[in-house]
Amino acid sequence: MGKKIVCLCEDVTEEELIDAIKQGYNNIESLKRYTGAGTGPCQGKTCLLHLITILARELGKGKDEVGVPTQRPPIKPIPLRVLAGETSE
Amino acid sequence: MIIGGGVVGLGLAYRLVERGVKDVVVLEKSYIGSGASGRNPGGIRQQLSLREDIALARESVKIYKHLSGELNFNIFFRQGGYLILAFTEQEVEQFKKNVKLQNSLGVRSKIIRPNEAKEIVPMLATNKLLGATYCPTDGILYPYAVLWGYARAAKRMGAKILTFTDAKRIKVEGGEVKAVATDKGEIKTPVVVNAAGAHAAEVASMAGVELPNKPFRHEAAVTEPLKPFLDPMVLSFHHTLYVGQMLRGEVFAGVGNLDKSPSHDLRASADFLPKLARAILEIMPQFGELAVMRQWVGIRDMTPDGKPILGEMEGVRGLIQANGFGGLGMMLSASAVKLLAELILTGKTPKMLEPFSLARFREEKLEKEMYITGMH
Repeated sequence: MGKKIVCLCEDVTEEELIDAIKQGYNNIESLKRYTGAGTGPCQGKTCLLHLITILARELGKGKDEVGVPTQRPPIKPIPLRVLAGETSE
Repeated sequence: MIIGGGVVGLGLAYRLVERGVKDVVVLEKSYIGSGASGRNPGGIRQQLSLREDIALARESVKIYKHLSGELNFNIFFRQGGYLILAFTEQEVEQFKKNVKLQNSLGVRSKIIRPNEAKEIVPMLATNKLLGATYCPTDGILYPYAVLWGYARAAKRMGAKILTFTDAKRIKVEGGEVKAVATDKGEIKTPVVVNAAGAHAAEVASMAGVELPNKPFRHEAAVTEPLKPFLDPMVLSFHHTLYVGQMLRGEVFAGVGNLDKSPSHDLRASADFLPKLARAILEIMPQFGELAVMRQWVGIRDMTPDGKPILGEMEGVRGLIQANGFGGLGMMLSASAVKLLAELILTGKTPKMLEPFSLARFREEKLEKEMYITGMH
Protein backbone atom coordinates (compact mmCIF):
# COMPACT_ATOMS: atom_id res chain seq x y z
CA MET A 1 0.00 0.00 0.00
CA GLY A 2 1.28 3.45 -0.82
CA LYS A 3 1.95 6.20 1.68
CA LYS A 4 -0.85 8.56 2.55
CA ILE A 5 0.66 12.01 3.00
CA VAL A 6 -1.53 14.23 5.15
CA CYS A 7 0.66 17.32 5.53
CA LEU A 8 2.25 18.23 2.21
CA CYS A 9 4.52 21.00 3.54
CA GLU A 10 6.15 18.87 6.21
CA ASP A 11 5.77 15.42 4.60
CA VAL A 12 3.77 13.85 7.42
CA THR A 13 1.98 10.58 6.66
CA GLU A 14 -1.20 9.19 8.17
CA GLU A 15 0.83 6.33 9.63
CA GLU A 16 3.08 8.77 11.48
CA LEU A 17 0.07 10.59 12.87
CA ILE A 18 -1.52 7.38 14.12
CA ASP A 19 1.78 6.32 15.68
CA ALA A 20 2.10 9.69 17.47
CA ILE A 21 -1.48 9.46 18.78
CA LYS A 22 -0.75 5.99 20.15
CA GLN A 23 2.37 7.34 21.86
CA GLY A 24 0.19 9.79 23.78
CA TYR A 25 0.38 12.94 21.67
CA ASN A 26 -3.37 12.71 21.56
CA ASN A 27 -4.57 16.31 21.71
CA ILE A 28 -4.56 18.51 18.64
CA GLU A 29 -1.90 20.96 19.95
CA SER A 30 0.57 18.23 20.95
CA LEU A 31 -0.05 16.17 17.79
CA LYS A 32 0.67 19.20 15.64
CA ARG A 33 3.90 19.97 17.47
CA TYR A 34 5.17 16.39 17.73
CA THR A 35 4.66 15.51 14.07
CA GLY A 36 5.07 19.00 12.58
CA ALA A 37 1.83 18.52 10.66
CA GLY A 38 0.20 21.86 9.93
CA THR A 39 3.28 23.93 10.82
CA GLY A 40 4.73 24.45 7.33
CA PRO A 41 4.31 27.36 4.93
CA CYS A 42 0.56 26.72 4.43
CA GLN A 43 0.08 26.73 8.22
CA GLY A 44 -2.48 23.92 8.06
CA LYS A 45 -4.73 25.35 5.37
CA THR A 46 -4.35 22.16 3.32
CA CYS A 47 -4.18 19.50 6.02
CA LEU A 48 -5.86 20.71 9.20
CA LEU A 49 -9.22 19.15 8.45
CA HIS A 50 -7.58 15.79 7.72
CA LEU A 51 -5.57 16.10 10.92
CA ILE A 52 -8.70 16.68 12.98
CA THR A 53 -10.55 13.86 11.20
CA ILE A 54 -7.77 11.34 11.84
CA LEU A 55 -7.40 12.33 15.50
CA ALA A 56 -11.17 12.17 16.08
CA ARG A 57 -11.37 8.75 14.39
CA GLU A 58 -8.45 7.29 16.39
CA LEU A 59 -9.85 8.55 19.70
CA GLY A 60 -13.43 7.67 18.85
CA LYS A 61 -14.44 11.24 19.53
CA GLY A 62 -16.35 13.85 17.59
CA LYS A 63 -14.48 16.47 15.56
CA ASP A 64 -15.95 19.17 17.81
CA GLU A 65 -14.43 17.49 20.86
CA VAL A 66 -10.99 17.34 19.21
CA GLY A 67 -11.16 21.05 18.43
CA VAL A 68 -8.93 23.29 16.36
CA PRO A 69 -5.38 24.40 17.26
CA THR A 70 -4.83 28.10 17.89
CA GLN A 71 -4.75 29.93 14.57
CA ARG A 72 -1.88 32.41 14.38
CA PRO A 73 -1.39 35.45 12.16
CA PRO A 74 -0.48 36.30 9.46
CA ILE A 75 -3.00 34.47 7.25
CA LYS A 76 -0.35 33.90 4.61
CA PRO A 77 3.43 34.43 4.74
CA ILE A 78 4.42 38.12 4.40
CA PRO A 79 7.95 39.20 3.35
CA LEU A 80 9.93 41.25 5.90
CA ARG A 81 10.35 43.98 3.26
CA VAL A 82 6.59 44.48 3.08
CA LEU A 83 6.17 44.37 6.85
CA ALA A 84 8.92 46.97 7.29
CA GLY A 85 7.09 49.30 4.88
CA GLU A 86 9.81 49.24 2.24
CA THR A 87 8.76 49.56 -1.38
CA SER A 88 10.05 47.09 -3.95
CA GLU A 89 12.94 48.21 -6.12
CA MET B 1 4.02 16.54 43.59
CA ILE B 2 5.11 19.06 41.00
CA ILE B 3 2.76 21.72 39.64
CA GLY B 4 3.67 22.67 36.06
CA GLY B 5 4.46 20.52 33.01
CA GLY B 6 7.15 22.75 31.55
CA VAL B 7 10.91 22.39 31.35
CA VAL B 8 11.33 22.95 35.10
CA GLY B 9 8.59 20.61 36.32
CA LEU B 10 9.33 17.78 33.89
CA GLY B 11 13.10 18.16 34.34
CA LEU B 12 12.72 17.94 38.09
CA ALA B 13 10.38 14.94 37.80
CA TYR B 14 13.03 13.16 35.74
CA ARG B 15 15.83 14.01 38.18
CA LEU B 16 13.76 12.77 41.13
CA VAL B 17 12.80 9.41 39.61
CA GLU B 18 16.36 9.02 38.38
CA ARG B 19 17.44 9.15 42.03
CA GLY B 20 14.91 6.54 43.00
CA VAL B 21 12.03 8.67 44.28
CA LYS B 22 8.71 6.86 43.93
CA ASP B 23 5.32 8.52 43.53
CA VAL B 24 6.43 11.57 41.56
CA VAL B 25 3.36 13.27 40.08
CA VAL B 26 3.35 16.23 37.69
CA LEU B 27 0.17 18.28 37.34
CA GLU B 28 -0.24 20.20 34.09
CA LYS B 29 -3.42 22.14 33.57
CA SER B 30 -3.16 22.04 29.76
CA TYR B 31 -0.83 20.08 27.44
CA ILE B 32 2.92 19.63 28.04
CA GLY B 33 4.79 22.80 27.14
CA SER B 34 1.68 24.95 26.79
CA GLY B 35 3.41 27.80 28.64
CA ALA B 36 6.69 29.62 28.05
CA SER B 37 8.66 26.35 27.75
CA GLY B 38 6.94 25.68 24.43
CA ARG B 39 7.00 29.25 23.14
CA ASN B 40 10.71 30.10 23.17
CA PRO B 41 13.50 29.62 20.61
CA GLY B 42 15.55 27.20 22.72
CA GLY B 43 18.52 29.52 22.95
CA ILE B 44 21.12 28.24 25.41
CA ARG B 45 23.38 31.09 26.42
CA GLN B 46 26.09 31.29 29.07
CA GLN B 47 26.76 34.94 28.28
CA LEU B 48 24.92 36.38 31.26
CA SER B 49 25.79 39.16 33.67
CA LEU B 50 25.52 37.58 37.13
CA ARG B 51 27.97 35.06 38.56
CA GLU B 52 25.27 32.69 39.85
CA ASP B 53 23.33 32.72 36.56
CA ILE B 54 26.48 32.08 34.53
CA ALA B 55 27.33 29.11 36.76
CA LEU B 56 23.87 27.53 36.28
CA ALA B 57 24.01 28.12 32.51
CA ARG B 58 27.54 26.68 32.24
CA GLU B 59 26.47 23.50 34.05
CA SER B 60 23.29 23.32 31.96
CA VAL B 61 25.34 23.33 28.74
CA LYS B 62 27.34 20.38 30.07
CA ILE B 63 24.07 18.53 30.75
CA TYR B 64 22.45 19.40 27.40
CA LYS B 65 25.53 18.11 25.54
CA HIS B 66 24.73 14.60 26.74
CA LEU B 67 21.00 14.81 27.38
CA SER B 68 19.91 13.23 24.06
CA GLY B 69 21.81 10.07 24.93
CA GLU B 70 20.76 10.15 28.56
CA LEU B 71 17.05 10.45 27.72
CA ASN B 72 17.30 8.31 24.58
CA PHE B 73 15.51 11.14 22.78
CA ASN B 74 17.08 13.66 20.41
CA ILE B 75 16.86 17.21 21.82
CA PHE B 76 18.64 18.61 18.71
CA PHE B 77 21.20 20.60 20.71
CA ARG B 78 23.51 22.37 18.29
CA GLN B 79 26.40 24.48 19.62
CA GLY B 80 26.50 27.18 16.97
CA GLY B 81 27.39 29.88 19.50
CA TYR B 82 25.74 33.15 20.45
CA LEU B 83 26.80 36.43 18.87
CA ILE B 84 25.89 39.51 20.90
CA LEU B 85 26.16 42.78 18.99
CA ALA B 86 27.36 46.09 20.48
CA PHE B 87 26.06 49.30 18.90
CA THR B 88 26.98 51.83 21.63
CA GLU B 89 30.20 52.65 23.51
CA GLN B 90 28.34 51.92 26.72
CA GLU B 91 27.56 48.41 25.51
CA VAL B 92 31.19 47.84 24.51
CA GLU B 93 32.35 48.77 28.03
CA GLN B 94 29.68 46.65 29.71
CA PHE B 95 30.43 43.66 27.47
CA LYS B 96 34.15 43.85 28.36
CA LYS B 97 33.31 43.55 32.05
CA ASN B 98 30.86 40.72 31.45
CA VAL B 99 33.26 38.72 29.29
CA LYS B 100 35.92 39.04 32.00
CA LEU B 101 33.47 37.68 34.58
CA GLN B 102 32.29 34.90 32.24
CA ASN B 103 35.91 33.89 31.50
CA SER B 104 36.73 33.79 35.22
CA LEU B 105 33.91 31.23 35.59
CA GLY B 106 35.18 29.05 32.76
CA VAL B 107 32.89 30.28 29.97
CA ARG B 108 34.79 30.76 26.70
CA SER B 109 33.22 34.03 25.54
CA LYS B 110 35.35 36.69 23.85
CA ILE B 111 35.23 40.22 22.48
CA ILE B 112 35.48 40.33 18.70
CA ARG B 113 35.70 43.06 16.05
CA PRO B 114 32.94 43.78 13.51
CA ASN B 115 34.88 42.09 10.69
CA GLU B 116 35.27 38.96 12.80
CA ALA B 117 31.53 39.00 13.51
CA LYS B 118 30.96 39.17 9.76
CA GLU B 119 33.11 36.08 9.28
CA ILE B 120 30.76 34.19 11.62
CA VAL B 121 27.57 35.70 10.10
CA PRO B 122 28.37 36.84 6.54
CA MET B 123 25.01 38.56 5.99
CA LEU B 124 25.52 40.90 8.95
CA ALA B 125 25.55 44.66 8.22
CA THR B 126 28.58 46.06 10.02
CA ASN B 127 28.38 49.77 9.19
CA LYS B 128 26.97 50.75 12.60
CA LEU B 129 28.43 47.84 14.54
CA LEU B 130 31.13 48.70 17.12
CA GLY B 131 31.98 45.16 18.17
CA ALA B 132 30.48 41.97 19.51
CA THR B 133 30.92 39.16 21.98
CA TYR B 134 30.91 35.55 20.90
CA CYS B 135 30.74 32.31 22.80
CA PRO B 136 31.14 29.22 20.60
CA THR B 137 29.79 26.78 23.18
CA ASP B 138 26.40 28.52 23.46
CA GLY B 139 23.73 27.04 21.23
CA ILE B 140 20.18 26.25 20.27
CA LEU B 141 18.01 23.21 21.04
CA TYR B 142 14.44 22.21 20.26
CA PRO B 143 12.47 23.06 23.42
CA TYR B 144 9.63 20.58 22.85
CA ALA B 145 12.09 17.74 22.38
CA VAL B 146 13.58 18.49 25.80
CA LEU B 147 10.09 18.45 27.35
CA TRP B 148 9.02 15.24 25.60
CA GLY B 149 12.37 13.62 26.37
CA TYR B 150 12.15 14.41 30.08
CA ALA B 151 8.48 13.35 30.18
CA ARG B 152 9.04 10.00 28.45
CA ALA B 153 12.08 9.12 30.55
CA ALA B 154 10.34 10.16 33.79
CA LYS B 155 7.24 8.10 32.90
CA ARG B 156 9.35 5.09 31.99
CA MET B 157 10.81 5.19 35.50
CA GLY B 158 7.45 5.50 37.20
CA ALA B 159 6.50 9.17 37.33
CA LYS B 160 2.88 10.10 36.64
CA ILE B 161 2.23 13.07 34.38
CA LEU B 162 -1.34 14.26 34.61
CA THR B 163 -2.10 16.62 31.75
CA PHE B 164 -5.31 18.67 31.56
CA THR B 165 -5.44 18.51 35.35
CA ASP B 166 -5.73 21.78 37.26
CA ALA B 167 -4.44 22.39 40.79
CA LYS B 168 -7.09 24.20 42.79
CA ARG B 169 -5.84 24.34 46.36
CA ILE B 170 -2.76 23.44 48.37
CA LYS B 171 -3.64 22.13 51.84
CA VAL B 172 -1.27 23.37 54.53
CA GLU B 173 -1.73 22.32 58.16
CA GLY B 174 0.54 23.23 61.05
CA GLY B 175 3.00 24.86 58.68
CA GLU B 176 3.35 21.70 56.57
CA VAL B 177 2.12 20.79 53.10
CA LYS B 178 -0.44 17.96 53.27
CA ALA B 179 -2.25 17.65 49.95
CA VAL B 180 -3.19 19.25 46.65
CA ALA B 181 -6.81 19.49 45.56
CA THR B 182 -7.26 19.28 41.78
CA ASP B 183 -10.30 19.46 39.51
CA LYS B 184 -10.11 15.65 39.38
CA GLY B 185 -9.74 14.93 43.08
CA GLU B 186 -7.35 15.34 45.99
CA ILE B 187 -3.80 13.96 46.09
CA LYS B 188 -1.97 13.62 49.42
CA THR B 189 1.66 14.76 49.41
CA PRO B 190 4.26 16.12 51.86
CA VAL B 191 6.06 18.07 49.11
CA VAL B 192 4.69 20.48 46.52
CA VAL B 193 6.99 22.06 43.95
CA ASN B 194 5.71 25.25 42.37
CA ALA B 195 7.01 25.08 38.80
CA ALA B 196 4.01 26.86 37.33
CA GLY B 197 5.97 29.47 35.35
CA ALA B 198 3.79 32.47 34.56
CA HIS B 199 1.16 31.11 36.99
CA ALA B 200 3.64 30.68 39.87
CA ALA B 201 2.26 33.59 41.90
CA GLU B 202 -1.31 32.18 41.66
CA VAL B 203 -0.13 28.71 42.69
CA ALA B 204 1.81 30.16 45.65
CA SER B 205 -1.30 32.03 46.76
CA MET B 206 -3.14 28.67 46.95
CA ALA B 207 -0.84 27.94 49.89
CA GLY B 208 -1.24 31.44 51.29
CA VAL B 209 2.21 32.54 50.15
CA GLU B 210 2.98 35.74 48.27
CA LEU B 211 5.58 35.77 45.47
CA PRO B 212 6.98 38.91 43.79
CA ASN B 213 6.72 37.24 40.33
CA LYS B 214 4.71 38.98 37.62
CA PRO B 215 3.67 37.70 34.16
CA PHE B 216 4.96 39.70 31.18
CA ARG B 217 4.15 39.13 27.52
CA HIS B 218 6.86 38.48 24.97
CA GLU B 219 6.17 38.09 21.25
CA ALA B 220 8.02 36.00 18.69
CA ALA B 221 7.68 34.85 15.08
CA VAL B 222 9.09 32.32 12.62
CA THR B 223 9.68 32.70 8.90
CA GLU B 224 9.41 30.19 6.11
CA PRO B 225 12.24 27.63 6.18
CA LEU B 226 15.56 28.28 4.45
CA LYS B 227 18.50 25.93 4.07
CA PRO B 228 21.00 26.23 6.95
CA PHE B 229 22.83 29.57 6.78
CA LEU B 230 22.96 30.96 10.30
CA ASP B 231 25.09 29.14 12.88
CA PRO B 232 24.82 31.30 16.00
CA MET B 233 21.88 32.95 17.65
CA VAL B 234 22.35 36.67 17.00
CA LEU B 235 21.36 39.02 19.79
CA SER B 236 21.17 42.81 19.88
CA PHE B 237 20.13 44.37 23.16
CA HIS B 238 20.20 47.72 21.37
CA HIS B 239 17.42 46.55 19.02
CA THR B 240 15.89 44.30 21.73
CA LEU B 241 16.19 41.64 19.02
CA TYR B 242 17.27 38.03 18.73
CA VAL B 243 17.43 36.01 15.52
CA GLY B 244 18.34 32.36 15.13
CA GLN B 245 17.75 29.48 12.75
CA MET B 246 15.82 26.46 13.97
CA LEU B 247 16.31 22.79 13.13
CA ARG B 248 13.78 22.82 10.29
CA GLY B 249 15.34 25.92 8.74
CA GLU B 250 12.86 28.48 10.02
CA VAL B 251 14.27 31.79 11.20
CA PHE B 252 13.00 32.46 14.71
CA ALA B 253 13.02 36.01 16.02
CA GLY B 254 11.68 38.13 18.82
CA VAL B 255 11.77 41.85 19.42
CA GLY B 256 10.56 44.49 21.82
CA ASN B 257 10.74 45.62 25.39
CA LEU B 258 8.52 43.97 27.95
CA ASP B 259 5.20 45.74 28.44
CA LYS B 260 4.95 48.23 31.27
CA SER B 261 2.22 46.28 33.01
CA PRO B 262 1.84 42.55 33.68
CA SER B 263 -0.60 40.55 31.56
CA HIS B 264 -1.65 37.03 30.66
CA ASP B 265 -2.98 38.12 27.26
CA LEU B 266 -1.87 35.58 24.63
CA ARG B 267 -3.28 37.48 21.64
CA ALA B 268 -0.74 38.55 19.03
CA SER B 269 -0.44 42.30 18.52
CA ALA B 270 -0.60 44.08 15.18
CA ASP B 271 2.43 46.37 15.62
CA PHE B 272 4.81 43.50 16.42
CA LEU B 273 5.66 42.24 12.92
CA PRO B 274 6.52 45.67 11.41
CA LYS B 275 8.78 46.38 14.40
CA LEU B 276 10.41 42.96 14.04
CA ALA B 277 10.89 43.35 10.29
CA ARG B 278 12.56 46.76 10.66
CA ALA B 279 14.92 45.47 13.36
CA ILE B 280 15.93 42.36 11.36
CA LEU B 281 16.50 44.35 8.18
CA GLU B 282 18.70 46.82 10.07
CA ILE B 283 21.16 44.11 11.03
CA MET B 284 20.62 41.79 8.02
CA PRO B 285 19.40 44.03 5.17
CA GLN B 286 19.39 41.39 2.44
CA PHE B 287 16.54 39.39 3.98
CA GLY B 288 13.72 41.53 2.64
CA GLU B 289 12.11 38.67 0.72
CA LEU B 290 12.11 36.30 3.71
CA ALA B 291 8.46 35.78 4.65
CA VAL B 292 7.03 35.53 8.17
CA MET B 293 4.91 32.43 8.64
CA ARG B 294 3.41 32.89 12.10
CA GLN B 295 3.61 34.98 15.25
CA TRP B 296 2.58 34.22 18.83
CA VAL B 297 2.92 35.33 22.43
CA GLY B 298 4.58 33.69 25.40
CA ILE B 299 4.28 34.80 29.01
CA ARG B 300 7.45 35.21 31.06
CA ASP B 301 7.43 34.67 34.79
CA MET B 302 9.55 37.65 35.87
CA THR B 303 11.00 38.37 39.30
CA PRO B 304 12.17 41.88 40.32
CA ASP B 305 15.85 41.00 39.70
CA GLY B 306 15.40 38.67 36.70
CA LYS B 307 16.69 35.66 38.67
CA PRO B 308 14.66 32.54 39.44
CA ILE B 309 13.40 31.62 42.90
CA LEU B 310 14.71 28.21 43.88
CA GLY B 311 14.31 26.57 47.25
CA GLU B 312 12.07 25.73 50.17
CA MET B 313 9.69 28.36 51.56
CA GLU B 314 10.38 29.62 55.04
CA GLY B 315 7.35 28.93 57.17
CA VAL B 316 5.73 26.30 54.93
CA ARG B 317 7.52 22.97 55.16
CA GLY B 318 7.45 21.03 51.94
CA LEU B 319 6.62 23.96 49.66
CA ILE B 320 9.43 24.32 47.12
CA GLN B 321 9.72 27.23 44.70
CA ALA B 322 11.11 26.49 41.23
CA ASN B 323 9.92 29.49 39.25
CA GLY B 324 10.71 33.05 38.18
CA PHE B 325 12.99 31.98 35.35
CA GLY B 326 11.75 34.85 33.16
CA GLY B 327 13.30 34.41 29.73
CA LEU B 328 16.06 32.12 30.99
CA GLY B 329 14.23 28.87 31.82
CA MET B 330 15.70 26.74 29.05
CA MET B 331 19.19 28.11 29.76
CA LEU B 332 19.28 27.68 33.52
CA SER B 333 16.89 24.86 34.39
CA ALA B 334 18.88 21.79 33.31
CA SER B 335 21.34 22.26 36.16
CA ALA B 336 18.84 23.93 38.51
CA VAL B 337 16.51 20.90 38.57
CA LYS B 338 19.43 18.59 39.43
CA LEU B 339 20.28 20.82 42.38
CA LEU B 340 16.62 21.03 43.42
CA ALA B 341 16.38 17.23 43.41
CA GLU B 342 19.41 17.22 45.73
CA LEU B 343 17.68 19.75 48.00
CA ILE B 344 14.44 17.73 48.12
CA LEU B 345 16.29 14.49 48.89
CA THR B 346 18.76 15.79 51.47
CA GLY B 347 16.95 18.80 52.92
CA LYS B 348 20.15 20.80 52.44
CA THR B 349 20.42 23.74 50.02
CA PRO B 350 23.32 23.20 47.58
CA LYS B 351 25.73 26.15 47.51
CA MET B 352 24.90 27.03 43.90
CA LEU B 353 21.24 27.54 44.86
CA GLU B 354 21.90 29.90 47.79
CA PRO B 355 21.74 33.12 45.71
CA PHE B 356 18.24 32.16 44.51
CA SER B 357 16.34 32.15 47.81
CA LEU B 358 13.05 34.01 48.15
CA ALA B 359 14.53 35.73 51.23
CA ARG B 360 16.77 37.87 48.99
CA PHE B 361 13.83 40.15 48.20
CA ARG B 362 13.90 41.40 51.80
CA GLU B 363 17.25 43.03 51.10
CA GLU B 364 17.24 46.67 50.07
CA LYS B 365 19.52 46.29 47.11
CA LEU B 366 19.12 43.60 44.47
CA GLU B 367 21.72 42.74 41.89
CA LYS B 368 19.86 42.45 38.61
CA GLU B 369 20.51 40.12 35.70
CA MET B 370 21.06 42.53 32.80
CA TYR B 371 21.36 40.05 29.96
CA ILE B 372 17.67 39.47 29.32
CA THR B 373 16.19 40.53 26.01
CA GLY B 374 13.34 42.97 26.39
CA MET B 375 14.71 44.43 29.63
CA HIS B 376 16.54 47.34 28.01
